[in-house]
Amino acid sequence: MTNLFILQLLNGAQLGVLLFLIAAGLTLVFGIMDVINLAHGVLYMIGAYLIATFAGLTGSFWLGLLLMFPAALAVGLVIERLVIRPLYARSHLDQVLATFGLVMIVNEGVKIIWGPSPLSVPMPDLLSGSIALIGPLQYPVYRLAIIAAGLAVAAGLYVVINHTRIGMLLRAGATNRDMVSVLGVNIRRLYSLVFALGAVLACFAGAIVAPILSVDTGMGESVLILTFVVVVIGGIGSIRGAFLGALLVAIVDTLGKTFGPILLRFVMEPAAAGQTGRMLAPMLIYILMAAILFARPQGLFGPKPS
Amino acid sequence: MIGTATPAPARLSARLWLALLIFACFAALPVIAAVTDDPFLLLIGTRILAYAIAAMALDLILGYGAMVSFGHAAYLGFGAYAVAILNSVGVTDLVLHIAFAVTISAVFAAITGAISLRTRGVYFIMITLAFGQMAYFFFVSLSAFGGDDGTPLPARSTLFGSQALEDDRTLFYVALGLLIALFTLATRIVGSRFGRVLIGTRENPVRMEAIGLAPFRYQLTAFVISGCMTSIAGVILANQAEFVSPAFMNWHRSGELIVMVVLGGVGNLTGAIGGAVVALLLEDWLAVLTEHWRLLFGVFLIVMVLYSPHGITGALDRIARGRR
Amino acid sequence: MSLLSVRNLCKTYGALEVTKDVSFDVAPGELHAIIGPNGAGKTTLIGQLSGQIAPASGAVLLDGRDVTGRSMAERVRLGLARSFQITSILPRFTVLENVAVAVQARSGSSFRFFAPVAAEAALNDDAYEVLAKAGLNHRADVRASALSHGEHRQLELAIALATQPRVLLLDEPLAGIGGQEAGAFVQRLAALKGRFATVLIEHDMDAVFALADRISVLVYGEIIATGTPDEIRNDAKVRAAYLGDEEAA
Repeated sequence: MTNLFILQLLNGAQLGVLLFLIAAGLTLVFGIMDVINLAHGVLYMIGAYLIATFAGLTGSFWLGLLLMFPAALAVGLVIERLVIRPLYARSHLDQVLATFGLVMIVNEGVKIIWGPSPLSVPMPDLLSGSIALIGPLQYPVYRLAIIAAGLAVAAGLYVVINHTRIGMLLRAGATNRDMVSVLGVNIRRLYSLVFALGAVLACFAGAIVAPILSVDTGMGESVLILTFVVVVIGGIGSIRGAFLGALLVAIVDTLGKTFGPILLRFVMEPAAAGQTGRMLAPMLIYILMAAILFARPQGLFGPKPS
Repeated sequence: MIGTATPAPARLSARLWLALLIFACFAALPVIAAVTDDPFLLLIGTRILAYAIAAMALDLILGYGAMVSFGHAAYLGFGAYAVAILNSVGVTDLVLHIAFAVTISAVFAAITGAISLRTRGVYFIMITLAFGQMAYFFFVSLSAFGGDDGTPLPARSTLFGSQALEDDRTLFYVALGLLIALFTLATRIVGSRFGRVLIGTRENPVRMEAIGLAPFRYQLTAFVISGCMTSIAGVILANQAEFVSPAFMNWHRSGELIVMVVLGGVGNLTGAIGGAVVALLLEDWLAVLTEHWRLLFGVFLIVMVLYSPHGITGALDRIARGRR
Repeated sequence: MSLLSVRNLCKTYGALEVTKDVSFDVAPGELHAIIGPNGAGKTTLIGQLSGQIAPASGAVLLDGRDVTGRSMAERVRLGLARSFQITSILPRFTVLENVAVAVQARSGSSFRFFAPVAAEAALNDDAYEVLAKAGLNHRADVRASALSHGEHRQLELAIALATQPRVLLLDEPLAGIGGQEAGAFVQRLAALKGRFATVLIEHDMDAVFALADRISVLVYGEIIATGTPDEIRNDAKVRAAYLGDEEAA
């Protein structure tokens, strides 16, 4: 039981860092530009397709990963220029519609370019296999590497946000949008930068998860909603909130699916417990979100509503 | 962006005439279907009627209350599953199906609405989306009704003990009757005391508070009414397809409902109905052109948002004004 | 017996004390003006009286009843209405509808879903009556967004009047109005005087001294003097802290 718990905790952490990588960009785009971007999930998917292509072309996961970055940056900049930028001054409703259209375009475009069948990305040799944790407990190296990569990016973002001029602007922008324009910054360039950074992070998440998932057109969908929950829980504009929210959501979701039915067995018959547990587990994170919002409508670290 | 709050009488009646014209076209559809001997026309028509009800219900809160709910497909699902669930216990009457759908929806809308309305702006959009997904996942894991795959209905709902709805034409006219009844109801609500307060909260919530009307209760009530109306569309959809599945409540469906409302021009109920007609016909037409119709639809959406921000009725208004 | 009683109100934003132990009373029918230089905390004070801002400590009593924890909407229903310094109206409603909805708010339930509200004669009649008092009845059917600035200020006043306040908080009703228009507005306010207690915040000193029964002077969040217009005019502290300030500027 303890072993299962540790395993699931690690799985939760792995999902958590992925969610964080996606949510970080999304929360900044919300907080700084006040833009709701439904297409953030498809960026994650694009990351996976990019690495599948580049790794296939070069025959190396690492070269593929390296090539993925400039491509992701280009994708982010192009999307920002063509679709997002005209939306800055528009209503949230317009943003919803236009980015919803973008989701349709990208999903269908990916089908046209890469075909409807799922792709797979081979795991790099360096990170394949499992290592022993405690006693008989084994855990795949690659998943540990994902956790490490996510934590490294989180640490990097922490340094950037708290100890650089750009970070200062980002923090200022997330709490008080008007302030940034007062500071005499080129807003347009800052916005492009923020969006592109968010796009690269989301693509990175998609790229590193590609070897353990099948790469298909639906992969951005479920992640998008989970990321929204993360951003709402963490508070719009807060990287710290995104980090804690991501871990919280991922761990509650992972543990709930495994242990929900087990815990329910204490109060009902095994068959009924399994059935109820399977039904309730996917709803857990939404109940968590509702509970947090009930207490703090602005999320854990969001700016207080004025 | 948002349409006229209190249209001058002349324009209100123009919208009303447009609505009557749409209803008349619908009423003639079975005749056309009979002449052209195209049985699918009625099924397509019924589907359009169902979405017209849903879009109109969404417009009631989106257009008149400025609440952008991105989880409205959940209510389509509640309506559809209400039919399946009651059928499974031997209750087949349409009226009871609708009553059950409305009850579940009222409870769900009251709880999730009360939480969502504590927030605004992008939070509200994301939270309604999340609650919509919660409902979606609930039905995905509901293995008694086929889970992800859904389940076929053994038969359509009965109407006062008769099997009349098995006839596509009767089902179509029942759906049309429901649309007209709900349109009348929604029109009355918009013009009532309640409607005036709802529109006021859209225009300026602080002002409403400063005259002694706290927006929350009115917004929540509207949210519940809208959810209940949408679930009736779900009951129709289940009967039309003779099948229910979580696909009815996928978040894309919620997005499409918003598209319909905006396409027709927000804040006038006729527009939502027209928007549903146009969106679904456009989808069908693009699907005939290419299997990648979603790409074209996405391009269409972006172009529409960036270049014609007032939808179809907005464009019609501009044309009408140009002529004057 | 005072109708509005403000007791030891305090509010801080961080280290900044914006309201410092403010107390004053307003009798029925009395017009109590609050003046002070920019940044003295007048709008924050109105916010606390109306329920938009929560004070850190202290109490607001309406007719002896503690309303400190009540929301803005609840206070309005108890008879404590306000107008806004920056016009806050329903721009796409007509002038008449702007006022009629305020009448509706105090007369019967707004949970009526079927009867057309536009046809409710009682609401419209009351609304016309209020519009006449505010001098706007000839503009009743115009969209509120189409009004001039001066008319916006009149509408702002009319909406507040339509709630039938026992105490009316007027936050710079003359903001942005000048010359003849201001004179007419002051006359209108003078005609309304006595029907309800008023707390008036205003920069136009001519208007204040013409209308006020009593004046409190607020400087850096603190009331430094309260008295009749004559007393305030001759108060050395006030002259030094405030009136002198203005002469210098």
